[in-house]
Amino acid sequence: MSLSRRQFLKQLSLAAAGAAAASARSPVFAAAPRVVVVGGGFGGATAAKYIRLWAPDVHVTLVERNREFISCPLSNRVLADQMELIDLTRGYGALAGKYGIKVVYDEAVSIDPEKREVVLDGGDALPYDRLILSPGVDLLLDEIPGLRDSAARTRVLHAWKAGAQTAALRRQLEDMADGGVYALTVPKAPYRCPPGPYERACQVAWYFKTQKPKSKVLILDANDKVQSKEALFTKVWKEWYGGIVEYRPNSTLLDVDAKTLTAKLEFEDVKADVLNVVPPQRAAKIAADTGLITANNKWVGVDFLSYESVAKKNIHVLGDAIVAAPAMPKSGHMANQHAKVAAAAVAALLQGDAPNPDPVINNTCYSFVSDRQVIHVASVHRYDSEKKTMVVAQGASGVSAGPSELEGSYAESWARNIWADMLA
Amino acid sequence: MSHGFKIASCTLPVLALVAGLAWGEDQAARSLAANCTSCHGPNGSSTGAIPSIAGLEKAYIATALQEFKAGTRQATVMHQHAKGYTDQEFDVLADYFSRQKRQ
Repeated sequence: MSLSRRQFLKQLSLAAAGAAAASARSPVFAAAPRVVVVGGGFGGATAAKYIRLWAPDVHVTLVERNREFISCPLSNRVLADQMELIDLTRGYGALAGKYGIKVVYDEAVSIDPEKREVVLDGGDALPYDRLILSPGVDLLLDEIPGLRDSAARTRVLHAWKAGAQTAALRRQLEDMADGGVYALTVPKAPYRCPPGPYERACQVAWYFKTQKPKSKVLILDANDKVQSKEALFTKVWKEWYGGIVEYRPNSTLLDVDAKTLTAKLEFEDVKADVLNVVPPQRAAKIAADTGLITANNKWVGVDFLSYESVAKKNIHVLGDAIVAAPAMPKSGHMANQHAKVAAAAVAALLQGDAPNPDPVINNTCYSFVSDRQVIHVASVHRYDSEKKTMVVAQGASGVSAGPSELEGSYAESWARNIWADMLA
Repeated sequence: MSHGFKIASCTLPVLALVAGLAWGEDQAARSLAANCTSCHGPNGSSTGAIPSIAGLEKAYIATALQEFKAGTRQATVMHQHAKGYTDQEFDVLADYFSRQKRQ
């Protein structure tokens, strides 16, 4: 049997790599496996912590560009002055101090899947045996011509990543005179947090109803219907916020005029006093740069047994960036659940074992529809080995019977508990 | 330590009664329990209105889960979650959380 030159060289290099790997594993030079986690949100922070819990001999480095975590869930309440950003903010101190995770406050600028190395903005390169990438979404503001300059972006906010924009949007609402119009545009699904825009509409409507009752909330939705908890939101808008909330489906935003706060739709222009654009989204740029995007030019395909990318070996991707299975929302709760499956899989793979062949995960998303009243959607998802995806377990999904203060107290408790599950 | 379960699971190729049990008893239990901690807090110790489940009696937890599933116990969300798990998984979860210390 003859080998082509190319095959020969390939085998030679594999043999060399094998020899190098063998020497790295020899008792004298035995080094702990290295996991690098990029992104310290619901997915990444949880994964970092659970790898250390379940595989204490693994070195874990968490790369996060922000010094503090600010929760998107509950952040719509800031718009109704029910919470402050500080209430949604947590630090990474316990991950370092209690779990021995090396937390690096820097931005990952590139990944080399062949060298297995993450390069940071500061210049350092972090080698890994396995990488966990929980990069979140990029907001595609450039797809809206009128939002390509930075001045326009300070007038027309997204507030779709909790932080300075959330506080700025609250100020815009406070500054708006009674009788004004708050217009909120919703991009085509999939986007981060399916019920989020509708919860936001409720929070602003509650603020208007109690403080500025002549004002309006106009939801301009690119989709043909409300994307989550439709019957519940629709009922609340009609019964509690009648005359305040107006919902318009099939209203795709094409452009904005930031000077006049005008939303340009296909068949009409809508002028607002506060214009809030939730832009189209895709997996963060680093996923595309690394060659991980496999669906619709936007999302990362993964193996749901391990969350390993289907495109690149040894890179596990979590959270909003992945191609979701059917009925699996892009939510913080889901990212937290992905992370624990991935952490278990990475722990197993690093010691030569197979991942759990039968993972099960769940979701619970609470939405505040007033200051205290809350509704939820929940589901349990199990692995289907024939379809090779997660499917909703029979009967195991549903929404609230109606809004309640009891679920309001559960929603607040959920937030504190999931923040603790990832960070404390 | 998990070989007994591995062998037992080979006789049930069609329906895994406990998610991941073929994979290793302890890993399967902690992975399954990790489903609950997003809401009930680390190791089942909750802050706020959601009940803590850490350190409750095993039989109490298993019975509560079965009643949620059957719809005979009052719930806002647990009747929906409980339908996603088998009774055998309830026993694994009940055993796991009964052994956790409440923080």
